Amino acid sequence: MLQIKFVLLWSDLLFFVLIAAVVVGGVWAGRVEHLRLAWRQVGQSRVGMATATVLIAFVLVALLDSLHYRERLPGDQENYAVEVRSALDATLTGLRTRAEKTYSAPLATHLFAKESLDTDLGRSFPRLKHGGAHLGDDLAAHDSDIAAKAVKGLGLGLLGTLVFGLVSLPLRRAAPHLAWNAQLLTVLVLCLLAGAVAVLAGDYHVLGTDKVGQDVLYLTLKSVRTAILIGTLTTLIMLPAAVFLGLLAGYAGGWIDDVIQYLYTTLNSIPGVLLIAASVLMMQVVIDTHPEWFATTAERADARFLALCAILGITSWTGLCRLLRGEVLKLRELEYVQAARALGVSSARILWRHVLPNVMHIVMIAIVMDFSGLVLAEAVLSYVGIGVDPNTISFGTMINTARMELARDPMVWWSLVAAFAFMFVLVLAANLFADVMRDAFDPRVVKL
Amino acid sequence: MLAYLIRRLFYALPILIGVNIITFALFFVVNTPDDMARMHLGAKRVTAEAIEKWKGERGYDKPLFWRSDATGADKLTDTIFFGKSVKMFALDFGRADDGRDIAREIRARMGPSLAVAVPVFVLGLFSAISFALLLVYFRATYLDFAGVVLCVAMMSISSLFYIIGGQWLVSKIWHLAPISGYAEGLSAARFVILPVLISLIAGIGSSARWYRTIFLEEYTRDYVRTARAKGLPERLVLFRHVLRNALIPILTGAVVLIPTLFMGSLLIEAFFGIPGLGSYTIDAINAQDFAVVRAMVFIGSALYIVGLLLTDISYTLVDPRIRLQ
Repeated sequence: MLQIKFVLLWSDLLFFVLIAAVVVGGVWAGRVEHLRLAWRQVGQSRVGMATATVLIAFVLVALLDSLHYRERLPGDQENYAVEVRSALDATLTGLRTRAEKTYSAPLATHLFAKESLDTDLGRSFPRLKHGGAHLGDDLAAHDSDIAAKAVKGLGLGLLGTLVFGLVSLPLRRAAPHLAWNAQLLTVLVLCLLAGAVAVLAGDYHVLGTDKVGQDVLYLTLKSVRTAILIGTLTTLIMLPAAVFLGLLAGYAGGWIDDVIQYLYTTLNSIPGVLLIAASVLMMQVVIDTHPEWFATTAERADARFLALCAILGITSWTGLCRLLRGEVLKLRELEYVQAARALGVSSARILWRHVLPNVMHIVMIAIVMDFSGLVLAEAVLSYVGIGVDPNTISFGTMINTARMELARDPMVWWSLVAAFAFMFVLVLAANLFADVMRDAFDPRVVKL
Repeated sequence: MLAYLIRRLFYALPILIGVNIITFALFFVVNTPDDMARMHLGAKRVTAEAIEKWKGERGYDKPLFWRSDATGADKLTDTIFFGKSVKMFALDFGRADDGRDIAREIRARMGPSLAVAVPVFVLGLFSAISFALLLVYFRATYLDFAGVVLCVAMMSISSLFYIIGGQWLVSKIWHLAPISGYAEGLSAARFVILPVLISLIAGIGSSARWYRTIFLEEYTRDYVRTARAKGLPERLVLFRHVLRNALIPILTGAVVLIPTLFMGSLLIEAFFGIPGLGSYTIDAINAQDFAVVRAMVFIGSALYIVGLLLTDISYTLVDPRIRLQ
């Protein structure tokens, strides 16, 4: 029996807190009349339901990749492996361990580069150790095997969609006015893709392998966690400060307002990339000069990752803070706030009970609007060398390592294309969902 | 007007001082110069002499704020804070790790940065406004819808993809432009075309969509209804009324970017080997040249503050309703 020790990285903890907060916030929003109406508008939108489904699929992958553990080493003593794995690694053990020697194209049976073999005098493409190994010498069956496996996978995907449709039937009944058909269609597409890829991945490298022979599909799936976390944790980290300072500046006025305004104007006037670069450089020095703080490399990479989120958050909270201040300035003069003040309600209570709920839509819109930009920023920052730890698998590090290979002839295109395609789907879904959210929650949106 | 300008300059000063203090805290308080030396010298076992030498070469071997063993004004001026932070206000940035004068380097690299940034700014503004106008003219039709979808799709693609894909397609497959490099004078055009084109394509999605919403907001105004009511054709409503009024927020919003054009673009310059300030920053980041990064942060912030000032002035110039006191 395989014994394991669970590891809770700080980013995992924050991610779980975030998901809990979203659930609690959802329940709360369901109780408030105007928010419930806005959510219903999101649910009635076909784009909203479809993109939400895609986003949930990505979040599930990220969640699976956030359950970390260390395996127990064989032997009498209680020793655990230094490597920190996740539930996603466990699910994809096959993909992770079936490494080749170096590059191979998607679904290939041979390596990408010619090598001199021992058996004959010329140079030829060596067979892959794992990709298509079950075919043996019967290479003529390659295409038909792929087709057969794809069809089988599509069938499984169809079955999965049917099961999902049946299971979600009560939900459909409970809320018949929502755009369930669009949602089911998205599930169908996702299931078909996942089914075909899953069946093929059993015997091939569906997206090829990279320079050291790692499966690109595995790398892209691992990158999803980094992307999702950087998009969400950054806003989560900066949220308390931005909301608190924004409310305070708008409500208190006077010198407090001046100080907070000065603070965010100053931070805002430093160009974002440069502030990030300077902070990341300094953070690297801190981490490098204190190796004793971290037990495993995973913890170290995690600390660096969280620091990056915090730095990105510091550079981006100013916008939300300014928006909130402006809104509170307006709310402060409204009758119901004046009435509460006349009745002797304390300032803290007015802010909590009367002001905060009425600016929550701004916070929610800011969170979803920032997400896609942060995912894109991660890739750029990692390219510039001020992003995540080079050992952390992310879209940025993938692109960075694959970039040099474009110069090869013929080209190694699959790592780049895989990273860009996954990123595009994630960011597009997030952008479209953010638009639907804003249309539903923002009273200022122009309706044609 | 002049009084207002002077007052605004005085408002800007505390912000610049704040930026200066933040950078100082970031570079010298978060990590001591000893830490930086150890990091820079690499090896785990660095001798104390090596650290002292490294600090001495860069002028980091002084107290942070106060030098008690000196006499007179030297107590304040012969310190890291004065030498590295206060002197920036006089545009004295010291030397980079390779011994070159940073201020001179910056002056030399502004030209190439501007050669890319200015065409991108002007053409980008023009093309995004034109595209947004087109969408607004056909608003609430399938053309508008398709255009918005295109915009959202284009802004969902990583800028790295545009750069890598553009270089591959235009330079490697079609052989239309050099893949990277730069030349002085007029022959720079050959090298500048591709980066400008790629920047335009990468930026048009988000800006065109943003301008479209500004135009649409303008359409809900009363004067538009009045213009229609008196029988103006839709074309005239769009170009004579909506466009002119919507240009106010668009142009004044773009003014803030003009001074920062000097800084160039990190990504584009790094990919296309343009010897501007953007690639200078990237090289400094990769080489962990703290002095250069510090100087760039200061200049970037100063230029941004100038941009804010220009924005205020441009408001009065284009919108007669706003009077500065």
